[in-house]
Amino acid sequence: MVALTYPNTAPDVPVLAFDTQAADDGIPRIPTLDVDPFALDFFADPHPTHEVLREAGPVVYLHKWNVYAVARYAEVHAVLNDPVTFCSSRGVGLSDFAKEKPWRPPSLILEADPPAHARTRAVLSKVLSPAVMKTLRDGFVAAADAKVDELLEQRSFDAIADLAEAYPLSVFPDAMGLQKEGRENLMPYAGLVFNAFGPPNDLRQNAIARSAPHQAYVQAQCQRENLAPGGFGACIHARADTGDITHDEAPLLVRSLLSAGLDTTVNGIGAAVYCLARYPEEFARLRADVSLARNAFEEAVRYESPVQTFFRTTTRAVEISGHRVGEGEKVLMFLGAANRDPRRWDDPARYDITRKTSGHVGFGSGIHMCVGQLVARLEGEAMLSALARKVKTIAISGEITRRYNNTLRGLESLPVTFTPA
Amino acid sequence: MPNITFIHPDGRAQNVDAALGDSAMSAAMRAGIDEIIAECGGSAVCATCHVYVDDDWLARVGDVSGDEDELLEGVATDRLPSSRLSCQIRITEALDGLVLRLPERQI
Repeated sequence: MVALTYPNTAPDVPVLAFDTQAADDGIPRIPTLDVDPFALDFFADPHPTHEVLREAGPVVYLHKWNVYAVARYAEVHAVLNDPVTFCSSRGVGLSDFAKEKPWRPPSLILEADPPAHARTRAVLSKVLSPAVMKTLRDGFVAAADAKVDELLEQRSFDAIADLAEAYPLSVFPDAMGLQKEGRENLMPYAGLVFNAFGPPNDLRQNAIARSAPHQAYVQAQCQRENLAPGGFGACIHARADTGDITHDEAPLLVRSLLSAGLDTTVNGIGAAVYCLARYPEEFARLRADVSLARNAFEEAVRYESPVQTFFRTTTRAVEISGHRVGEGEKVLMFLGAANRDPRRWDDPARYDITRKTSGHVGFGSGIHMCVGQLVARLEGEAMLSALARKVKTIAISGEITRRYNNTLRGLESLPVTFTPA
Repeated sequence: MPNITFIHPDGRAQNVDAALGDSAMSAAMRAGIDEIIAECGGSAVCATCHVYVDDDWLARVGDVSGDEDELLEGVATDRLPSSRLSCQIRITEALDGLVLRLPERQI
Protein backbone atom coordinates (compact mmCIF):
# COMPACT_ATOMS: atom_id res chain seq x y z
CA MET A 1 0.00 0.00 0.00
CA VAL A 2 1.41 3.32 -1.05
CA ALA A 3 0.37 6.52 0.66
CA LEU A 4 -1.54 8.85 -1.60
CA THR A 5 -1.14 12.57 -1.06
CA TYR A 6 -4.23 14.55 -1.86
CA PRO A 7 -4.43 18.28 -2.57
CA ASN A 8 -5.40 20.42 0.42
CA THR A 9 -9.01 20.82 -0.63
CA ALA A 10 -9.68 17.12 -0.95
CA PRO A 11 -11.56 15.28 1.79
CA ASP A 12 -10.05 12.34 3.58
CA VAL A 13 -11.30 9.45 1.47
CA PRO A 14 -9.99 6.08 2.59
CA VAL A 15 -8.24 4.26 -0.21
CA LEU A 16 -9.09 0.65 0.49
CA ALA A 17 -6.47 -0.78 -1.81
CA PHE A 18 -4.01 1.10 -3.87
CA ASP A 19 -0.71 0.21 -5.40
CA THR A 20 1.20 2.28 -7.89
CA GLN A 21 3.41 -0.70 -8.68
CA ALA A 22 2.24 -2.99 -11.44
CA ALA A 23 1.55 -6.58 -10.44
CA ASP A 24 3.79 -9.37 -11.68
CA ASP A 25 1.86 -9.55 -14.95
CA GLY A 26 2.75 -5.92 -15.68
CA ILE A 27 -0.86 -4.74 -15.55
CA PRO A 28 -1.26 -1.74 -13.22
CA ARG A 29 -3.63 -2.17 -10.29
CA ILE A 30 -6.82 -0.17 -10.15
CA PRO A 31 -7.30 1.81 -6.91
CA THR A 32 -10.40 0.94 -4.87
CA LEU A 33 -12.04 3.93 -3.22
CA ASP A 34 -14.58 4.19 -0.44
CA VAL A 35 -16.70 6.83 -2.16
CA ASP A 36 -20.49 6.79 -2.52
CA PRO A 37 -21.24 9.22 -5.36
CA PHE A 38 -24.98 8.81 -4.72
CA ALA A 39 -24.95 9.94 -1.09
CA LEU A 40 -26.46 13.25 0.04
CA ASP A 41 -23.21 14.50 1.57
CA PHE A 42 -21.47 13.84 -1.75
CA PHE A 43 -24.15 15.80 -3.65
CA ALA A 44 -23.76 18.73 -1.26
CA ASP A 45 -20.26 19.39 -2.63
CA PRO A 46 -19.00 16.82 -5.15
CA HIS A 47 -15.97 18.77 -6.38
CA PRO A 48 -13.37 17.79 -3.75
CA THR A 49 -14.28 14.12 -4.15
CA HIS A 50 -14.24 14.50 -7.95
CA GLU A 51 -10.65 15.63 -7.53
CA VAL A 52 -9.84 12.56 -5.46
CA LEU A 53 -11.41 10.32 -8.11
CA ARG A 54 -9.48 12.04 -10.93
CA GLU A 55 -6.15 11.98 -9.12
CA ALA A 56 -6.39 8.39 -7.87
CA GLY A 57 -5.95 7.05 -11.41
CA PRO A 58 -7.44 6.90 -14.91
CA VAL A 59 -9.80 4.14 -13.71
CA VAL A 60 -10.95 3.52 -10.14
CA TYR A 61 -13.15 0.90 -8.48
CA LEU A 62 -15.95 1.99 -6.18
CA HIS A 63 -16.34 -0.63 -3.52
CA LYS A 64 -19.71 0.69 -2.29
CA TRP A 65 -21.55 -0.24 -5.52
CA ASN A 66 -19.02 -2.62 -7.13
CA VAL A 67 -18.48 -0.53 -10.24
CA TYR A 68 -15.52 0.81 -12.14
CA ALA A 69 -15.45 4.55 -12.69
CA VAL A 70 -13.69 7.14 -14.84
CA ALA A 71 -13.47 10.80 -13.84
CA ARG A 72 -10.75 12.24 -16.08
CA TYR A 73 -11.75 13.95 -19.31
CA ALA A 74 -9.75 11.71 -21.67
CA GLU A 75 -11.18 8.47 -20.29
CA VAL A 76 -14.76 9.77 -20.03
CA HIS A 77 -14.56 11.00 -23.63
CA ALA A 78 -13.05 7.70 -24.80
CA VAL A 79 -15.75 5.60 -23.10
CA LEU A 80 -18.52 7.80 -24.53
CA ASN A 81 -17.05 7.41 -28.02
CA ASP A 82 -16.71 3.60 -28.01
CA PRO A 83 -20.34 2.45 -27.86
CA VAL A 84 -19.49 -1.04 -29.14
CA THR A 85 -17.22 -1.83 -26.19
CA PHE A 86 -19.15 0.28 -23.66
CA CYS A 87 -22.75 -0.53 -24.42
CA SER A 88 -25.97 1.21 -23.39
CA SER A 89 -28.42 -1.66 -23.99
CA ARG A 90 -27.66 -3.13 -20.55
CA GLY A 91 -28.84 0.15 -19.03
CA VAL A 92 -27.16 3.51 -18.52
CA GLY A 93 -27.79 3.38 -14.77
CA LEU A 94 -26.35 1.03 -12.17
CA SER A 95 -28.91 -1.68 -12.86
CA ASP A 96 -27.64 -4.26 -15.39
CA PHE A 97 -30.55 -5.17 -17.69
CA ALA A 98 -28.83 -8.51 -18.38
CA LYS A 99 -29.34 -9.40 -14.72
CA GLU A 100 -32.28 -7.31 -13.51
CA LYS A 101 -35.67 -6.44 -14.99
CA PRO A 102 -35.68 -2.72 -15.91
CA TRP A 103 -38.11 -0.59 -13.89
CA ARG A 104 -39.80 0.49 -17.14
CA PRO A 105 -39.59 -0.76 -20.76
CA PRO A 106 -36.13 0.31 -21.95
CA SER A 107 -35.71 3.42 -24.05
CA LEU A 108 -35.40 2.76 -27.80
CA ILE A 109 -32.64 5.34 -28.11
CA LEU A 110 -30.87 5.97 -24.78
CA GLU A 111 -30.73 2.28 -23.88
CA ALA A 112 -30.02 0.97 -27.41
CA ASP A 113 -26.79 0.10 -29.24
CA PRO A 114 -25.67 0.27 -32.85
CA PRO A 115 -26.95 -0.65 -35.33
CA ALA A 116 -30.53 -0.49 -33.93
CA HIS A 117 -29.82 2.86 -32.28
CA ALA A 118 -29.11 4.64 -35.58
CA ARG A 119 -32.70 4.30 -36.84
CA THR A 120 -34.43 5.75 -33.78
CA ARG A 121 -31.74 8.35 -33.29
CA ALA A 122 -32.21 9.59 -36.88
CA VAL A 123 -35.91 10.17 -36.20
CA LEU A 124 -35.38 12.31 -33.10
CA SER A 125 -32.45 14.14 -34.78
CA LYS A 126 -34.77 15.18 -37.60
CA VAL A 127 -37.57 16.23 -35.23
CA LEU A 128 -35.10 18.39 -33.23
CA SER A 129 -32.86 19.53 -36.10
CA PRO A 130 -31.16 22.91 -36.54
CA ALA A 131 -33.74 23.73 -39.23
CA VAL A 132 -36.61 23.10 -36.78
CA MET A 133 -34.90 25.32 -34.18
CA LYS A 134 -35.04 28.25 -36.60
CA THR A 135 -38.84 27.98 -36.61
CA LEU A 136 -38.99 27.98 -32.80
CA ARG A 137 -36.52 30.77 -32.11
CA ASP A 138 -38.80 33.81 -32.24
CA GLY A 139 -41.40 32.24 -29.96
CA PHE A 140 -38.82 31.09 -27.41
CA VAL A 141 -37.18 34.54 -27.36
CA ALA A 142 -40.54 36.31 -26.92
CA ALA A 143 -41.47 33.98 -24.05
CA ALA A 144 -38.14 34.59 -22.30
CA ASP A 145 -38.53 38.37 -22.66
CA ALA A 146 -42.06 38.20 -21.25
CA LYS A 147 -40.92 36.04 -18.32
CA VAL A 148 -38.11 38.43 -17.39
CA ASP A 149 -40.46 41.43 -17.64
CA GLU A 150 -42.85 39.67 -15.28
CA LEU A 151 -40.06 38.87 -12.81
CA LEU A 152 -38.82 42.47 -12.88
CA GLU A 153 -42.29 43.46 -11.64
CA GLN A 154 -41.87 41.08 -8.70
CA ARG A 155 -38.24 42.14 -8.07
CA SER A 156 -37.64 39.37 -5.48
CA PHE A 157 -38.56 35.76 -6.25
CA ASP A 158 -37.24 32.19 -6.36
CA ALA A 159 -35.04 31.82 -9.43
CA ILE A 160 -35.67 28.05 -9.49
CA ALA A 161 -39.47 27.83 -9.29
CA ASP A 162 -40.27 31.19 -10.87
CA LEU A 163 -37.58 31.28 -13.58
CA ALA A 164 -35.63 28.05 -14.17
CA GLU A 165 -38.80 25.95 -13.99
CA ALA A 166 -41.37 28.47 -15.13
CA TYR A 167 -39.65 29.42 -18.39
CA PRO A 168 -39.11 25.89 -19.81
CA LEU A 169 -42.64 25.01 -18.66
CA SER A 170 -43.91 27.98 -20.68
CA VAL A 171 -42.30 26.79 -23.95
CA PHE A 172 -41.39 23.09 -23.94
CA PRO A 173 -44.77 21.40 -23.28
CA ASP A 174 -46.37 23.50 -26.03
CA ALA A 175 -43.50 22.74 -28.42
CA MET A 176 -44.12 19.04 -27.65
CA GLY A 177 -47.85 19.50 -28.31
CA LEU A 178 -48.91 18.28 -24.88
CA GLN A 179 -52.41 18.60 -23.48
CA LYS A 180 -52.91 21.36 -20.90
CA GLU A 181 -54.10 18.91 -18.24
CA GLY A 182 -51.63 16.86 -16.25
CA ARG A 183 -48.45 18.82 -16.94
CA GLU A 184 -47.74 18.87 -13.21
CA ASN A 185 -46.61 15.26 -13.70
CA LEU A 186 -43.73 16.21 -16.01
CA MET A 187 -41.19 17.31 -13.42
CA PRO A 188 -41.86 14.40 -11.00
CA TYR A 189 -41.64 11.93 -13.89
CA ALA A 190 -38.28 13.32 -15.03
CA GLY A 191 -37.01 13.33 -11.44
CA LEU A 192 -38.01 9.67 -11.23
CA VAL A 193 -36.24 8.74 -14.48
CA PHE A 194 -32.98 10.36 -13.38
CA ASN A 195 -33.17 8.98 -9.82
CA ALA A 196 -33.74 5.52 -11.28
CA PHE A 197 -30.30 5.55 -12.97
CA GLY A 198 -28.80 5.50 -9.49
CA PRO A 199 -28.35 2.65 -7.03
CA PRO A 200 -31.20 1.24 -4.92
CA ASN A 201 -30.91 4.01 -2.31
CA ASP A 202 -33.75 5.98 -0.72
CA LEU A 203 -33.85 8.48 -3.59
CA ARG A 204 -34.46 5.73 -6.14
CA GLN A 205 -36.77 3.56 -4.06
CA ASN A 206 -38.97 6.47 -2.95
CA ALA A 207 -39.22 7.84 -6.48
CA ILE A 208 -40.29 4.47 -7.88
CA ALA A 209 -42.73 3.89 -5.01
CA ARG A 210 -44.55 7.13 -5.87
CA SER A 211 -44.31 6.74 -9.63
CA ALA A 212 -47.62 5.15 -10.64
CA PRO A 213 -49.64 8.32 -11.40
CA HIS A 214 -46.73 9.96 -13.23
CA GLN A 215 -46.12 6.85 -15.32
CA ALA A 216 -49.82 6.62 -16.18
CA TYR A 217 -49.86 10.27 -17.28
CA VAL A 218 -46.76 9.88 -19.47
CA GLN A 219 -48.01 6.70 -21.08
CA ALA A 220 -51.29 8.38 -22.07
CA GLN A 221 -49.57 11.58 -23.17
CA CYS A 222 -47.31 9.64 -25.55
CA GLN A 223 -50.29 8.41 -27.61
CA ARG A 224 -50.89 10.07 -30.94
CA GLU A 225 -54.44 11.25 -30.20
CA ASN A 226 -53.17 13.23 -27.19
CA LEU A 227 -50.49 15.19 -29.08
CA ALA A 228 -51.32 18.44 -30.88
CA PRO A 229 -50.52 18.72 -34.61
CA GLY A 230 -47.19 20.37 -35.42
CA GLY A 231 -45.52 19.56 -32.10
CA PHE A 232 -42.47 17.36 -31.59
CA GLY A 233 -44.74 14.51 -30.46
CA ALA A 234 -46.90 14.58 -33.59
CA CYS A 235 -43.78 14.84 -35.75
CA ILE A 236 -42.44 11.63 -34.18
CA HIS A 237 -45.70 9.81 -34.88
CA ALA A 238 -45.63 11.10 -38.47
CA ARG A 239 -42.33 9.24 -38.93
CA ALA A 240 -44.25 6.01 -38.30
CA ASP A 241 -46.43 6.82 -41.34
CA THR A 242 -43.33 7.05 -43.54
CA GLY A 243 -42.00 3.74 -42.21
CA ASP A 244 -38.92 5.14 -40.44
CA ILE A 245 -40.25 3.61 -37.19
CA THR A 246 -43.23 1.44 -36.33
CA HIS A 247 -46.46 2.74 -34.82
CA ASP A 248 -45.59 0.81 -31.65
CA GLU A 249 -42.23 2.55 -31.37
CA ALA A 250 -43.50 6.12 -31.73
CA PRO A 251 -44.98 6.47 -28.21
CA LEU A 252 -41.72 5.24 -26.65
CA LEU A 253 -39.73 7.84 -28.58
CA VAL A 254 -42.15 10.55 -27.41
CA ARG A 255 -41.49 9.22 -23.90
CA SER A 256 -37.77 9.90 -24.39
CA LEU A 257 -38.45 13.60 -24.94
CA LEU A 258 -40.81 13.75 -21.96
CA SER A 259 -38.16 12.04 -19.81
CA ALA A 260 -35.17 14.13 -20.81
CA GLY A 261 -36.53 17.35 -22.28
CA LEU A 262 -37.62 19.37 -19.28
CA ASP A 263 -35.85 18.70 -15.98
CA THR A 264 -32.48 18.88 -17.76
CA THR A 265 -33.12 22.35 -19.14
CA VAL A 266 -34.57 23.46 -15.81
CA ASN A 267 -31.28 22.48 -14.16
CA GLY A 268 -29.24 23.99 -17.01
CA ILE A 269 -30.99 27.35 -16.78
CA GLY A 270 -30.91 27.17 -12.98
CA ALA A 271 -27.15 26.55 -13.18
CA ALA A 272 -26.67 29.55 -15.48
CA VAL A 273 -28.64 31.93 -13.25
CA TYR A 274 -26.79 30.61 -10.19
CA CYS A 275 -23.46 31.27 -11.96
CA LEU A 276 -24.44 34.78 -13.02
CA ALA A 277 -25.66 35.57 -9.50
CA ARG A 278 -22.43 34.29 -7.93
CA TYR A 279 -20.08 35.89 -10.46
CA PRO A 280 -21.40 39.44 -11.04
CA GLU A 281 -18.30 40.37 -13.08
CA GLU A 282 -19.29 37.70 -15.60
CA PHE A 283 -22.85 39.04 -15.67
CA ALA A 284 -21.39 42.50 -16.35
CA ARG A 285 -19.42 41.08 -19.29
CA LEU A 286 -22.59 39.46 -20.60
CA ARG A 287 -24.52 42.73 -20.31
CA ALA A 288 -21.74 44.49 -22.23
CA ASP A 289 -21.95 41.93 -25.07
CA VAL A 290 -25.30 40.14 -25.31
CA SER A 291 -23.97 37.96 -28.14
CA LEU A 292 -22.15 35.97 -25.41
CA ALA A 293 -25.49 34.67 -24.06
CA ARG A 294 -25.30 31.32 -25.82
CA ASN A 295 -21.75 30.63 -24.68
CA ALA A 296 -22.53 31.83 -21.15
CA PHE A 297 -25.21 29.13 -21.01
CA GLU A 298 -22.85 26.52 -22.50
CA GLU A 299 -20.18 27.39 -19.94
CA ALA A 300 -22.73 26.97 -17.14
CA VAL A 301 -23.49 23.47 -18.47
CA ARG A 302 -19.77 22.69 -18.33
CA TYR A 303 -19.31 24.33 -14.95
CA GLU A 304 -22.26 22.74 -13.11
CA SER A 305 -22.87 19.69 -15.34
CA PRO A 306 -26.63 19.35 -14.67
CA VAL A 307 -26.39 15.70 -15.75
CA GLN A 308 -23.58 14.44 -13.52
CA THR A 309 -23.22 10.77 -14.39
CA PHE A 310 -24.12 7.92 -16.70
CA PHE A 311 -23.08 4.27 -16.75
CA ARG A 312 -22.05 1.94 -19.55
CA THR A 313 -21.51 -1.85 -19.48
CA THR A 314 -18.47 -3.54 -21.03
CA THR A 315 -19.24 -5.99 -23.83
CA ARG A 316 -15.73 -7.51 -23.69
CA ALA A 317 -12.59 -7.40 -21.61
CA VAL A 318 -10.98 -4.03 -22.33
CA GLU A 319 -7.98 -1.96 -21.34
CA ILE A 320 -8.72 1.61 -20.29
CA SER A 321 -5.47 3.61 -20.29
CA GLY A 322 -3.58 0.38 -19.64
CA HIS A 323 -5.91 -0.80 -16.87
CA ARG A 324 -7.78 -4.02 -17.50
CA VAL A 325 -11.55 -4.20 -16.97
CA GLY A 326 -13.42 -7.46 -17.59
CA GLU A 327 -16.53 -8.18 -19.64
CA GLY A 328 -19.96 -7.38 -18.20
CA GLU A 329 -18.70 -4.69 -15.81
CA LYS A 330 -20.53 -1.46 -15.12
CA VAL A 331 -18.43 1.65 -15.78
CA LEU A 332 -19.58 4.92 -14.19
CA MET A 333 -18.66 8.10 -16.07
CA PHE A 334 -18.32 11.28 -14.01
CA LEU A 335 -19.27 13.91 -16.60
CA GLY A 336 -19.06 16.70 -14.03
CA ALA A 337 -15.54 15.69 -12.99
CA ALA A 338 -14.40 15.44 -16.63
CA ASN A 339 -15.75 18.94 -17.24
CA ARG A 340 -13.41 20.28 -14.54
CA ASP A 341 -10.37 18.11 -15.27
CA PRO A 342 -7.31 20.40 -15.21
CA ARG A 343 -5.69 18.08 -17.79
CA ARG A 344 -8.24 19.40 -20.29
CA TRP A 345 -9.38 22.81 -19.00
CA ASP A 346 -7.41 25.89 -17.98
CA ASP A 347 -8.56 27.21 -14.61
CA PRO A 348 -11.44 24.69 -14.60
CA ALA A 349 -13.13 25.99 -11.43
CA ARG A 350 -13.61 29.43 -13.00
CA TYR A 351 -16.92 30.31 -14.67
CA ASP A 352 -15.71 32.17 -17.80
CA ILE A 353 -18.38 33.14 -20.34
CA THR A 354 -15.79 33.57 -23.10
CA ARG A 355 -14.21 30.13 -22.59
CA LYS A 356 -13.97 27.88 -25.66
CA THR A 357 -16.42 25.28 -24.38
CA SER A 358 -16.46 22.96 -27.39
CA GLY A 359 -15.69 19.41 -26.32
CA HIS A 360 -17.24 19.56 -22.84
CA VAL A 361 -19.22 16.44 -21.99
CA GLY A 362 -22.15 18.07 -20.18
CA PHE A 363 -24.37 16.86 -23.04
CA GLY A 364 -22.32 13.67 -23.43
CA SER A 365 -20.37 12.94 -26.62
CA GLY A 366 -20.59 10.60 -29.59
CA ILE A 367 -23.65 8.73 -30.85
CA HIS A 368 -25.65 9.15 -27.63
CA MET A 369 -24.87 12.86 -27.20
CA CYS A 370 -28.01 14.66 -26.05
CA VAL A 371 -30.41 14.70 -28.99
CA GLY A 372 -32.24 17.70 -27.51
CA GLN A 373 -29.15 19.84 -26.99
CA LEU A 374 -30.30 22.39 -29.57
CA VAL A 375 -33.57 22.92 -27.68
CA ALA A 376 -31.62 23.32 -24.44
CA ARG A 377 -29.25 25.86 -26.00
CA LEU A 378 -32.12 27.78 -27.57
CA GLU A 379 -33.89 28.04 -24.21
CA GLY A 380 -30.66 28.95 -22.40
CA GLU A 381 -29.62 31.55 -24.95
CA ALA A 382 -33.08 33.13 -25.05
CA MET A 383 -33.24 33.42 -21.25
CA LEU A 384 -29.67 34.71 -20.77
CA SER A 385 -30.11 37.20 -23.58
CA ALA A 386 -33.30 38.54 -21.95
CA LEU A 387 -31.53 38.82 -18.58
CA ALA A 388 -28.56 40.63 -20.16
CA ARG A 389 -30.78 43.17 -21.90
CA LYS A 390 -33.27 43.83 -19.12
CA VAL A 391 -31.59 43.19 -15.75
CA LYS A 392 -28.80 45.26 -14.19
CA THR A 393 -27.94 43.10 -11.17
CA ILE A 394 -28.90 39.68 -9.83
CA ALA A 395 -28.41 39.50 -6.05
CA ILE A 396 -28.80 36.34 -3.99
CA SER A 397 -31.27 37.40 -1.29
CA GLY A 398 -32.05 34.34 0.80
CA GLU A 399 -31.03 30.83 1.76
CA ILE A 400 -30.00 28.55 -1.10
CA THR A 401 -31.08 24.93 -0.85
CA ARG A 402 -30.03 22.01 -3.02
CA ARG A 403 -32.30 19.48 -4.73
CA TYR A 404 -31.04 15.93 -4.44
CA ASN A 405 -31.22 13.49 -7.34
CA ASN A 406 -29.08 10.48 -8.22
CA THR A 407 -28.13 11.95 -11.61
CA LEU A 408 -29.20 15.59 -11.82
CA ARG A 409 -27.38 18.45 -10.12
CA GLY A 410 -29.37 21.55 -9.32
CA LEU A 411 -30.98 23.70 -6.68
CA GLU A 412 -34.32 23.45 -4.93
CA SER A 413 -34.46 27.14 -4.14
CA LEU A 414 -32.44 30.20 -5.17
CA PRO A 415 -33.97 33.41 -3.76
CA VAL A 416 -32.80 36.41 -5.82
CA THR A 417 -33.55 40.09 -6.27
CA PHE A 418 -33.37 41.76 -9.69
CA THR A 419 -32.47 45.39 -10.31
CA PRO A 420 -33.83 46.62 -13.66
CA ALA A 421 -31.39 47.86 -16.31
CA MET B 1 1.33 16.76 -42.11
CA PRO B 2 -1.35 18.05 -44.52
CA ASN B 3 -1.99 21.78 -44.60
CA ILE B 4 -5.42 23.40 -44.80
CA THR B 5 -6.13 27.01 -45.70
CA PHE B 6 -9.10 28.64 -43.99
CA ILE B 7 -10.31 31.87 -45.60
CA HIS B 8 -11.93 34.23 -43.11
CA PRO B 9 -15.04 36.23 -44.11
CA ASP B 10 -12.81 39.32 -44.55
CA GLY B 11 -10.72 37.47 -47.14
CA ARG B 12 -7.74 36.82 -44.88
CA ALA B 13 -6.16 33.39 -45.48
CA GLN B 14 -4.88 31.29 -42.55
CA ASN B 15 -2.80 28.16 -43.01
CA VAL B 16 -3.29 25.39 -40.47
CA ASP B 17 -1.53 22.05 -39.99
CA ALA B 18 -3.92 19.12 -39.77
CA ALA B 19 -3.10 15.65 -38.48
CA LEU B 20 -3.99 12.68 -40.66
CA GLY B 21 -7.31 11.19 -39.59
CA ASP B 22 -8.28 14.39 -37.85
CA SER B 23 -11.37 16.33 -38.90
CA ALA B 24 -11.10 19.75 -40.52
CA MET B 25 -13.15 21.02 -37.53
CA SER B 26 -10.58 19.73 -35.01
CA ALA B 27 -7.74 21.32 -36.98
CA ALA B 28 -9.59 24.65 -36.93
CA MET B 29 -10.31 24.40 -33.19
CA ARG B 30 -6.68 23.63 -32.43
CA ALA B 31 -5.60 26.65 -34.46
CA GLY B 32 -8.05 28.88 -32.59
CA ILE B 33 -10.18 29.77 -35.60
CA ASP B 34 -13.08 31.60 -33.97
CA GLU B 35 -15.53 31.22 -36.86
CA ILE B 36 -15.79 27.49 -36.12
CA ILE B 37 -17.84 27.00 -32.95
CA ALA B 38 -18.52 23.23 -32.97
CA GLU B 39 -20.98 23.27 -30.09
CA CYS B 40 -21.42 19.51 -30.21
CA GLY B 41 -17.68 18.80 -30.36
CA GLY B 42 -17.92 16.75 -33.55
CA SER B 43 -20.87 14.49 -32.74
CA ALA B 44 -22.80 15.70 -35.83
CA VAL B 45 -25.69 17.32 -33.98
CA CYS B 46 -25.35 21.08 -34.11
CA ALA B 47 -24.32 22.42 -37.56
CA THR B 48 -22.04 25.12 -36.05
CA CYS B 49 -18.86 24.08 -37.91
CA HIS B 50 -20.22 24.99 -41.35
CA VAL B 51 -17.69 25.76 -44.12
CA TYR B 52 -17.81 26.39 -47.87
CA VAL B 53 -15.42 24.08 -49.70
CA ASP B 54 -13.40 25.74 -52.48
CA ASP B 55 -14.71 24.58 -55.88
CA ASP B 56 -11.40 22.95 -56.82
CA TRP B 57 -11.65 20.68 -53.78
CA LEU B 58 -15.34 19.90 -53.63
CA ALA B 59 -15.14 16.56 -55.45
CA ARG B 60 -12.23 15.43 -53.29
CA VAL B 61 -13.70 15.93 -49.80
CA GLY B 62 -16.17 13.07 -50.25
CA ASP B 63 -19.93 12.77 -50.23
CA VAL B 64 -22.45 14.31 -47.86
CA SER B 65 -24.18 11.65 -45.74
CA GLY B 66 -27.93 11.71 -45.17
CA ASP B 67 -27.49 12.93 -41.60
CA GLU B 68 -25.15 15.73 -42.63
CA ASP B 69 -27.51 16.72 -45.43
CA GLU B 70 -30.31 17.15 -42.88
CA LEU B 71 -28.10 19.25 -40.59
CA LEU B 72 -26.94 21.46 -43.46
CA GLU B 73 -30.58 22.49 -43.96
CA GLY B 74 -30.29 24.37 -40.67
CA VAL B 75 -27.02 26.27 -41.10
CA ALA B 76 -27.10 29.94 -40.11
CA THR B 77 -25.87 31.39 -43.42
CA ASP B 78 -26.98 30.36 -46.93
CA ARG B 79 -26.60 26.70 -47.77
CA LEU B 80 -24.68 26.46 -51.05
CA PRO B 81 -23.69 23.42 -53.12
CA SER B 82 -20.23 23.77 -51.54
CA SER B 83 -21.58 23.72 -47.94
CA ARG B 84 -20.15 21.06 -45.63
CA LEU B 85 -19.83 20.46 -41.90
CA SER B 86 -16.11 20.55 -41.19
CA CYS B 87 -16.45 17.85 -38.50
CA GLN B 88 -17.39 15.45 -41.29
CA ILE B 89 -14.33 16.18 -43.47
CA ARG B 90 -11.64 13.63 -42.59
CA ILE B 91 -8.09 14.77 -43.37
CA THR B 92 -6.06 12.51 -45.70
CA GLU B 93 -2.84 13.06 -47.65
CA ALA B 94 -5.00 13.73 -50.69
CA LEU B 95 -6.46 16.78 -48.93
CA ASP B 96 -3.08 18.50 -48.45
CA GLY B 97 -3.71 22.07 -49.63
CA LEU B 98 -7.49 21.98 -49.01
CA VAL B 99 -9.13 25.43 -49.06
CA LEU B 100 -12.19 26.08 -46.85
CA ARG B 101 -14.09 29.37 -46.68
CA LEU B 102 -15.56 30.39 -43.32
CA PRO B 103 -19.13 31.77 -43.09
CA GLU B 104 -20.02 35.06 -41.40
CA ARG B 105 -21.79 33.29 -38.55
CA GLN B 106 -22.73 29.84 -37.24
CA ILE B 107 -25.80 30.58 -35.07
